[in-house]
Amino acid sequence: MTNHWIDIRNADVILIMGSNAAENHPISFKWVMKAKEKGATLISVDPRFTRTSSKADIYAPIRSGADIAFLNGMIKYIIDNRLYDEFYITNYTNAPFLVNRSFRMPGEMDGVFSGYDPKKRKYDRKAWAFQKDAGGVIKKDRSLKDPYCVFQLLKKHVSRYDIDTVAKITGTPKDKLMEVYRTYASTGGPDKSATIMYAMGWTQHTVGTQIIRAMAMIQLLLGNIGVAGGGVNALRGESNVQGSTDHCLLFHILPGYLKTPRASQRNLREYNEKWTPKTREPNSANWWGNYPKYIVSLLKAHYGDAATKDNDFGYDWLPKLDDGQNASWIMLFHEMYQGKFKGFFAWGQNPACSGTNAGKVRKALARLEWMVNVNLFDNETGSFWRGPGMRPEEIQTEVFQLPAAASVEKEGSITNSGRWAQWRYRAVDPPGQAMPDSEIINELFWRVKKLYEKEGGAYPDPVTRLSWDYGPKGPDGKVLKMDTHEIAREINGRFMADRVVKGRQFRRGDLVPSFAFLQDDGSTSSGNWLYCQSYNDKGNNMARRSRKDPSGIGLYPEWAWAWPVNRRIIYNRASVDEKGRPRNPKKPVIYWNGSRWVGDVPDGGWPPLANRAKTKLAFIMKPAGVAHIFGPGRADGPFPEHYEPLECPIQENPLHRTRVNPAVRLFFDVEGDSQRPKEGGGLPEDVFATCDSRFPYVATTYRLTEHWQTGVMTRHQPWQLEMQPQIFCEMSEELAREKGIRSGDKVIVSSARGKVWAKAIVTSRFKPFKIMNTTVHQVGLPWCFGWQYPEDGSGGDSSNLLTPTVGDANTMIPETKAFMVNVEKA
Amino acid sequence: MADTYTKRALSGVDVGRKRKGLLVTPDLCIACRACQSACKQWNRLPGEKTVNRGSYENPPDLTPSLFNQIHFIEKKKDVGIDWLFVRRSCMHCGEAGCMDICPAPGALFRTKEGAVMYDKKKCIGCKLCLAGCPFNVPRFDENDKIAKCTLCADRIANGLSTACAKTCPTGAIRFGSRDELIGQAKAGGFNVYGEKDLDGLGVMFALKQSPDVYGLSEPRYNGTIAFWDNLIRPLSVAGLGVAAAAALLHYITVGPREVEPDDKPGEGGE
Repeated sequence: MTNHWIDIRNADVILIMGSNAAENHPISFKWVMKAKEKGATLISVDPRFTRTSSKADIYAPIRSGADIAFLNGMIKYIIDNRLYDEFYITNYTNAPFLVNRSFRMPGEMDGVFSGYDPKKRKYDRKAWAFQKDAGGVIKKDRSLKDPYCVFQLLKKHVSRYDIDTVAKITGTPKDKLMEVYRTYASTGGPDKSATIMYAMGWTQHTVGTQIIRAMAMIQLLLGNIGVAGGGVNALRGESNVQGSTDHCLLFHILPGYLKTPRASQRNLREYNEKWTPKTREPNSANWWGNYPKYIVSLLKAHYGDAATKDNDFGYDWLPKLDDGQNASWIMLFHEMYQGKFKGFFAWGQNPACSGTNAGKVRKALARLEWMVNVNLFDNETGSFWRGPGMRPEEIQTEVFQLPAAASVEKEGSITNSGRWAQWRYRAVDPPGQAMPDSEIINELFWRVKKLYEKEGGAYPDPVTRLSWDYGPKGPDGKVLKMDTHEIAREINGRFMADRVVKGRQFRRGDLVPSFAFLQDDGSTSSGNWLYCQSYNDKGNNMARRSRKDPSGIGLYPEWAWAWPVNRRIIYNRASVDEKGRPRNPKKPVIYWNGSRWVGDVPDGGWPPLANRAKTKLAFIMKPAGVAHIFGPGRADGPFPEHYEPLECPIQENPLHRTRVNPAVRLFFDVEGDSQRPKEGGGLPEDVFATCDSRFPYVATTYRLTEHWQTGVMTRHQPWQLEMQPQIFCEMSEELAREKGIRSGDKVIVSSARGKVWAKAIVTSRFKPFKIMNTTVHQVGLPWCFGWQYPEDGSGGDSSNLLTPTVGDANTMIPETKAFMVNVEKA
Repeated sequence: MADTYTKRALSGVDVGRKRKGLLVTPDLCIACRACQSACKQWNRLPGEKTVNRGSYENPPDLTPSLFNQIHFIEKKKDVGIDWLFVRRSCMHCGEAGCMDICPAPGALFRTKEGAVMYDKKKCIGCKLCLAGCPFNVPRFDENDKIAKCTLCADRIANGLSTACAKTCPTGAIRFGSRDELIGQAKAGGFNVYGEKDLDGLGVMFALKQSPDVYGLSEPRYNGTIAFWDNLIRPLSVAGLGVAAAAALLHYITVGPREVEPDDKPGEGGE
């Protein structure tokens, strides 16, 4: 979230699209309902009428996979009706930037942007570069009239998304489209704001990143970023998934969104050269220019005194990815399936149910020599070898089950979607042999380290050189009990040598006050620069519990701690005019009092725009200092374009001949304009079916309020299970009539890859769509059930047995939110 | 208001302005059903084996292990639909038919906060309370003893709110002084269902539409019950014997009278 949960109450319009907040983030509705109480309008856009829709002022149905068409139509509406915030886009975005004259867009190139190489299925992003003057400064036209300025290009790009075209693609009735557009675009003035609450309904598509880009662009056009009640707000799917991402859950990043080194970056200098952005823009803070300070401080946190200037602070000890290597979820299981892994830690997860194309995942697990399943309960992953269709006698995988402590059985921080790191205390001891994760890791580390010390090995240093000072040690050097506070202090960072920084004297061991004090010479450590300030000389800031709100807009600055540097609404300097006055005086986030900023922690303390000499632009993390309406860093184009899901109900993309996002990695070869699967084009497990009469219905998957993720925690909870005992398939009355299905009947839902049984819920909350003048039915299934529990199999199995092997072009997140199935009465 | 408490239903207990209650606002309810779980947690009620019947609603009805249930109603409109979520539980009536009809002394009683509470040890399992209930609420455990919402009598006696209200994220269930809750609902522009009926319900609904949209019928006190109750209770005290009196009363009240079936649990395709 750029903003935070409480801030939802400040919105005038709330769009919930690509999420089902009432069901999956029920607490958020405390703030949604408060906003509504004050007169806000709630819009729900969803293929089916959900518990969220039940509270909405406007409900608009949409076919799964058509979000970009919907949103590009809104951009066109905003531009055509001049509802954008001109001050905002000229000062705070790259709308005035001039793009190279050779740049061409999908409307002119049959569905692709310039720079596309069909053989590699990749773009050369140099084709999307900006025009620069002799000094290397990007050329701009602040009148927004130059035909090659971003604003004019965008206008041209979205001109194809007229209301008729959008309605034909999305299946959304035209009057509903207009109602949503009109309502949302009413927040273009500085006195109004609108917020977007989205989640996996947007990300889990082959165009997921671009859907969110489209929305971010709308928010920029309307001046809704950096303001109270605005922002682009991802509702994270687990209570601490924000924290785990910040601390590098994903393969391509290190803590604090530093990049995982690649093999070709042979030393720290080359690595820093590659990832430290440079700019010639005169007023850009270019905060990532501090990159070397953050990576060196991270290496000092990892390796302590073993990291020295002479050994590149241990850079060589970091694992490297091969150039071009992708190690995301789909790839891991693809390679596991091919037998490239010996062992696997399934830690706090249940891939046999949560992974897309779960049937392939289950087969992949059978090719391992060993697997360690760390969880609260056994699950479909730990017991995969005795699951449906498995022959235990043929499976060699040795499975170790390690019981883990639940969140309430250990102390530590969790970071919520609003970037608040909140400290929690242990309520009860873990039962039996269950241990907190940190203790399991401590045991593991100690034993692996001892083995390396005893037996040597290919490359022991990355393990043997790790600093591991997380609590009192026994005579052999092993940490006896992990102290979570020590971990939190390491994440914050310490001075590793006596230093004077910004006029303050620090001694070795002192906690670093905030990331502005971090150094690139090895004199500071920080396990995650973004969290530097969370635990400093003022104490554990994450444990703060003050209910003071001097802002009046719900910032509560001394409740816990938010990254970065306790900023509650990021990009907040975009909420003011050139003199630093709040553009919405009723909900001021910050203001300039003549000598400093007052209110929320500003994005840097520089004076407002009017002070041309000293000001810095508001979007400090972008090299040019402004937000990206034109996004030249994405893999699949600088503007969002509608492409159909890999599996879709229509033969062609109604806009051009490029049906599927041209930059996604395909796991099954395609042929022809409609990109159908080629006979024998890949593993049978990865096969797909598009516009195929065997699988005529669009399907999507979702979660339920009553269950948590794959249901491992909630299926074991009889109170939750009695409310939602079984997998179901929701469908319209029209489809049910066609298929002779009644509510409560057992049905079989099948895709090109697998099938599941489900109980039919026949409901008027699902309606058939009119897509390109034909009737298209959609169904939906939850993915929170699994064969392993309840033990009698009464719950059914995971709907991910149906979902495809394909992911987003930028993130590789699987496309589980739009695929094709058949439904038959069982 | 004060004089309404002088009637028999609330007699013997000094409730008056201390009377506590719940205000349920279906417009705020997102049917997360945390209240169903929290109720079970506090009251230590087991989960029951259910099946999906083509609806989200489950269990389909109140049971001796389910004191509060969210009823899902799908209603087609001229354009679009409504999906309404309505709580079903004991309404803690001011004029409580169950108490009036109950032949077992002390089995049903009113707490000083105004909750209709029961003592299983004194319940004789005659089930007359169900006949006396205008809302078809009491259920009976495996020993035929009454089981229903207690308004978390133990919690509220200690100054806490009910488990359901405490867990509700949106304020769809609010606990407090009945008078204050009524004031809040009216200030929000709502009509209050249960403000005055049956000497005021302990569980009231804040509504903007007509109660029947939510499946809430006009609460009616069964006059026959009161009449026979006044006649028979003295008889039982006079030596007829509780069981015999109960049997007679059962014949008189239940025998000739069909219990109105509550509206059916929501079929998905309703």
